[in-house]
Amino acid sequence: MRTIAEPLTTTSALREFLHGLPGVDEVGIKARATALGTRSIKNDSKSWAIDMAIRMVDLTTLEGMDTPGKVRAMCAKALRPDPTDPTAPSVAAVCVYGDMAPVARAAVGDNLHVAAVATAFPSGRASLAVKLQDVRDAVAGGADEIDMVIDRGAFLAGNYGLVHEQIVAVKAACGLAHLKVILETGELRTLDNVRRASWLAMMAGADFIKTSTGKVPVAATPAVTIVMLQAVRDYYELTQTRIGVKPAGGIRTSKDAIKYLVLVKETAGEAWLTPDLFRFGASTLLNDLLMQRQRMAVGHYSGPDYVTID
Amino acid sequence: MNDRVEVRKTYKLFIGGAFPRSESGRTYEVHDTDDKFLANAAKGSRKDARDAVLAARKGFAAWSAATAYNRGQVLYRVAEVMEGRREQFIADVQAAEGLGDKKSARVVDTSIDRLVWYAGWADKYAQVLGNTNPVAGPYFNFSIPEPTGVVAAIAPQDSSLLGLVSVIAPIVVTGNAAIVIASTLRPIPAITFTEVLATSDVPPGVINMLTGDPAEIAPWLASHGDVNAIDLTGVTSTELAKKLEIEAAGTVKRVRRPAQPNWLSTPDLGRLGAFVETKTVWHPLGA
Repeated sequence: MRTIAEPLTTTSALREFLHGLPGVDEVGIKARATALGTRSIKNDSKSWAIDMAIRMVDLTTLEGMDTPGKVRAMCAKALRPDPTDPTAPSVAAVCVYGDMAPVARAAVGDNLHVAAVATAFPSGRASLAVKLQDVRDAVAGGADEIDMVIDRGAFLAGNYGLVHEQIVAVKAACGLAHLKVILETGELRTLDNVRRASWLAMMAGADFIKTSTGKVPVAATPAVTIVMLQAVRDYYELTQTRIGVKPAGGIRTSKDAIKYLVLVKETAGEAWLTPDLFRFGASTLLNDLLMQRQRMAVGHYSGPDYVTID
Repeated sequence: MNDRVEVRKTYKLFIGGAFPRSESGRTYEVHDTDDKFLANAAKGSRKDARDAVLAARKGFAAWSAATAYNRGQVLYRVAEVMEGRREQFIADVQAAEGLGDKKSARVVDTSIDRLVWYAGWADKYAQVLGNTNPVAGPYFNFSIPEPTGVVAAIAPQDSSLLGLVSVIAPIVVTGNAAIVIASTLRPIPAITFTEVLATSDVPPGVINMLTGDPAEIAPWLASHGDVNAIDLTGVTSTELAKKLEIEAAGTVKRVRRPAQPNWLSTPDLGRLGAFVETKTVWHPLGA
């Protein structure tokens, strides 16, 4: 891995760096993801993993039909996921559209992070001025984490400079809020592009890199997550800065979540096994985690009747 | 001389419309009444039971919403496909139960007729089990049977086909989804029955078949939070039945533990009414 001598900002300099990154062995990555997914997890580790996974959840509702009431109900669940069991931990954050950020902030107070999607989510098809105003609105509304989308069209066209510039501008507009950069890996087509987009986002100032919006058919996959975890690991070796990773979309079962935790430990390392550096963007996953938690507590299988309908 | 090598059979489970191996990877040998080896059957585990519950819950959504007429047609279709495999069923029952030619043919024919009989009840049982109730007020008041949900059943150990069909048909015809543990020593007719289900119009997950030891699998179903009822027809040990009843009480399940009837005689409506919930609706009269 080469060192970054000076900040790269122009398209040509970025292209030289990004296309100089080693290529991804797609078959190898997929085989590794499958191999790690078969690892047997014993009961003690499983109950630790379930609690850790709950603490890593960004409980999400991103629908056109979101109402303030629904957001408040979700916030109540985020604070106290299992009302029958006070030992169940809270989730990491709630994730809503920017206009719902004030509602969410009022509901969770200072107890949880409030993440808001911004920058013309999910397509990202708007002028920079509109995107930046979107970000400022969300931050003013109480969001302390901003989930932005990159301009995939510009990225795929090779206009890395524009993508970089937009991320830098959004980061500046965030102020103190954490910036998560959504790569929308389902639209990037290749794992080589995922690796390039990860580096591009990190170099432009992302605090987190996130796989997907959840609005396109292909969302988070283990292979994509491994590539992103490798990127944050290599970036740390280069800069001593730890960037977080957030797979989002399509992770619905505890088994899947635990597989992801194995990927984190084996790829980036144990330092990333914290809600500050790894999150799950999910809505239905939480119920399955709670059912597994109940199963471990009472000894028999639980069912959907024992968790909330969202 | 016929020197063809016979294909040895290792059967699998039937969960969610597919035929998976047991998650445990275990199998056990099945013998006929003369102790001759017949085939290997999958030895189901608690995780297979868990998977079956998930599949059944999925299947229940669409099945319970289907019209009664449609459910009847689907069951009738199962009987049709069984009729086409009549010879195979006769051979299976003969090997499993050691019956003569005539007796096993009668058992198979009765099984098929039993399905048709229950299929006919699909759009009629509600008229019998439901009611309009006289009330002292300006209301209509009526009670209608609705499916209980996911029902686990332990099939009879001796009557491997007729008993099995007589347990499954009334559960599913009223809109429930079933998870059935087949006879441990005589599972082959049940396995052939799943092959019939897979090639008829029964939606995936509506009927799931596990083979193995009920003493190992059934407690997990009895205690499962997403199973609504359990049918203990095939439980022969009083001790196990008691254990299952206690487990089922933990989540307030409906439990049915009927006496073993003569399966050849025409049933009454007892089994049809066993796994339904009565919903009573008050409806104001028009002005």
